[in-house]
Amino acid sequence: MREPLRRAGFPSIALFLLLAACGGGKPESAGKGTAVPDVPAYGDAIVEGSIGDVSGFLTAVTSDAASHEAAGYVFNGLVRYDKNLKLEGELAESWEISPDEKKITFHLRKGVKWHDGAPLTSDDVMFTYRRMIDPRTPTAYRESFLQVLRAANPDPHTFVVEYGRPYAPALESWGMHILPRHLLEKFPDISKSPLNKKPVGTGPFRFVEWKTGEKVAFEVNPDYFEGKPYIARVITRVIPDQATMFLELKAGGVDVMNLTPPQYTRQTETAEFRKSFNKYKYTGSQYTYLGFRLSHPWFKDVRVRQAIAHAADKKALIDGVLLGLGQEATGPYKPGTWAFNPGVRKYPHDPGRAKALLAEAGWKEKDGDGVLKKDGQRFEFTVMTNAGNEARAKTAAILQQNLAEVGIAMKIRTVEWAAFINEFIDKRKFDAIILGWNTSPDPDQYEIWHSSKTGPKELNHVGYANAEVDRLLDDGRSTFDLEKRKKAYFRIQEILAEEQPYVFLYVPESLPVVHNRFRGIEPAPAGISHNFIKWYAPKALQKHQIQP
Amino acid sequence: MLRYISRRLLLTIPLLVGISLVSFLMMHMAPGGPIGAGTDMNPKATAESRARLQAYYGLDQPLHVQYGRWLGRMATLDFGDSFSPDGRPVAEKIRERIPITLTINVLSMGLIFLVAIPVGVYSAVRRGSLFDRVSTVAVFIGFAIPTFWLALLMMILFGVKLGWLPISGISSLDYGSLGPLGKLADRAHHLVLPLLLLGFGGLAGMSRYMRSNMLEVIRQDYVATARAKGLPEGTVVFRHAMRNALLPVITILGLSVPDLLGGSVIFETIFAIPGLGQLFYQGVMSRDYPLIMGILTIGAFLTLLGNLLADAGYALADPRIRQG
Repeated sequence: MREPLRRAGFPSIALFLLLAACGGGKPESAGKGTAVPDVPAYGDAIVEGSIGDVSGFLTAVTSDAASHEAAGYVFNGLVRYDKNLKLEGELAESWEISPDEKKITFHLRKGVKWHDGAPLTSDDVMFTYRRMIDPRTPTAYRESFLQVLRAANPDPHTFVVEYGRPYAPALESWGMHILPRHLLEKFPDISKSPLNKKPVGTGPFRFVEWKTGEKVAFEVNPDYFEGKPYIARVITRVIPDQATMFLELKAGGVDVMNLTPPQYTRQTETAEFRKSFNKYKYTGSQYTYLGFRLSHPWFKDVRVRQAIAHAADKKALIDGVLLGLGQEATGPYKPGTWAFNPGVRKYPHDPGRAKALLAEAGWKEKDGDGVLKKDGQRFEFTVMTNAGNEARAKTAAILQQNLAEVGIAMKIRTVEWAAFINEFIDKRKFDAIILGWNTSPDPDQYEIWHSSKTGPKELNHVGYANAEVDRLLDDGRSTFDLEKRKKAYFRIQEILAEEQPYVFLYVPESLPVVHNRFRGIEPAPAGISHNFIKWYAPKALQKHQIQP
Repeated sequence: MLRYISRRLLLTIPLLVGISLVSFLMMHMAPGGPIGAGTDMNPKATAESRARLQAYYGLDQPLHVQYGRWLGRMATLDFGDSFSPDGRPVAEKIRERIPITLTINVLSMGLIFLVAIPVGVYSAVRRGSLFDRVSTVAVFIGFAIPTFWLALLMMILFGVKLGWLPISGISSLDYGSLGPLGKLADRAHHLVLPLLLLGFGGLAGMSRYMRSNMLEVIRQDYVATARAKGLPEGTVVFRHAMRNALLPVITILGLSVPDLLGGSVIFETIFAIPGLGQLFYQGVMSRDYPLIMGILTIGAFLTLLGNLLADAGYALADPRIRQG
């Protein structure tokens, strides 16, 4: 939630455990054959593989997945997403929204202590808020805190924020990790404070050590306010190469990692592997799309975009790119979540229909070279994507073939990420792009679809403009009423499906694997890590002898 | 000699400034910037927060001001703070990576010399023999095989199937609780695979170089003279021929000085070794300007130093150069 809609799959961003990013699943292979009493026990260590190193523990100033994941063991926010991706209280026991929806009152849990023993109070929350809006804090997440008109902490366990207008995404912004005032107060720039390297939080685990580029270790916090976690130690090992990490898993050097589709379908389907590991599968919180520059003379025509949607063989994409481990995307929301509208217009693979639509738009085959023409121009364009993302490169290759079938010649160009963003996306120098978004549990996508967000560096890079969508985006974010919001977002999805500013391609599955000595894992729409503090290894199976 | 060395040392200063200026300009010409990693494609990042971040890192200043600031800091040997979220001093980030990279490079270079020189000498002396042909094929296989592929095969064999060696990383999880000897053994255990691989891959260059030097020398008149004097073959080969053939190796050694701190990204990535190569790669990918400049400057300095050492070493070893 602290990192909504990030680009998916950028190589330097840790893929890490996308455990908190999933939707309903079950273990593919249940741990069996071990006649061990399945009784929760304290102890043991779990080793996770991460392709990226932590860059700091204060999530206000970091933006990579590895850092946010690691900080999640140590810190808490006022709110968090529960296993069904609904907001629930974390450090806040409860909250109230005033009738005019402009004021939120958080009631903090009592008796919560920082890892150094100091009590958590509303002073800490106030301090965190002040640091978020402080210009000396190098954070990318300032905006939603700047919307706060007034903040107050009338007593040690109450925190009140008032906004100028009802603003629904405000609530999730309070998932921002609360910082210890007594330790940070003397550092004007929190990113330069020792806590960014040696965090002290309120979370289920305490920081032990960080060996840069190598590993991060945490130990259990016996006083955790939701109860002492069973697992005594968590170690995150940095293993930048996926293949190496998989070998480490098989050799016992890693207990948890995310599998790639080939690893999931081919390399783990052995009796030996099943003996030691449980695989899980969930709908991922991301989707891949083909986006058009809508000011392009050809892509301006909705019939052309619909034709391309019919020409794209999504089934072949899922089979070819994800080895079947994904589902068709029909819009910008994660299937199965409350904002997802399952009833929108779909575009089955139908080259005939595609050709008819193109003909309607004036594109006809004239000289038998297999490429459509109109006004003397061949239907030829270049699709761009970032280099180093294998899935997107494969997607491009399959689409190229799909489009050739209907008489469109598509060229493919891959460019290094930063160059791609700065030289092509930001300058709108592209015909079409293949990219992905990570979907946030909150459905507000104002930044992506609103017609006012087409400026440089803004995210409506395709240049989509629809007055009704603009209005609905506004409606959706300015009420906390779920039914009203749902109505707005359902309609937005209908319009997007009709107009196809993106051809929504596929939603990949998240494929975590966990050593089967760990029990108590409860798959849910949010993934498997939501009840991490309840995971345990039965005494007889514990591998690391650690006295908790 | 001293005058020569001090003049060369003084000359390195303008050279270093020139190199740093070119690096600085190239780095800034590359698309994107340090704040992109956190704000590009991030719906929470607004134009305002972007501008604040630019100012925070001093990126809103004109390029010559930025370079001037950097140069001013460098004059006091201050590498500045990294632009990554941890904001740690660049010098500290580089320093913590040096031991492992240096250890691996020194050991692998030692290994290569230890194996390549005898192989090269023997191949030259017995030119065309079975040994010559087999060793030639073997070293070229080592040179040609993609490291990452061979690495994975070796990991599967020694790590997964046999379970003899650790697959990746540079220490075990219980490293902290080991005694000094245990720590040394643990490190050594982790370094076996990487060193074997680096050594195998690097044999070709050195052994072929040694072989051709040796062939050159063996044809010389003074070797014929030595043989004619009736000296035993061992003395001819080792005293007269090999010593002279080793001279150019000094140059290679000198030129290898910058390599001692240069890590290979692919190699370090495969073995999950937190070395300088990975640090530099991450620095480049996230446009961490101070870090990139720091590593480049150190690299440039070491290259210049290596050249100087090579020249000086050559002069020491070869009287003809010393007198000339």
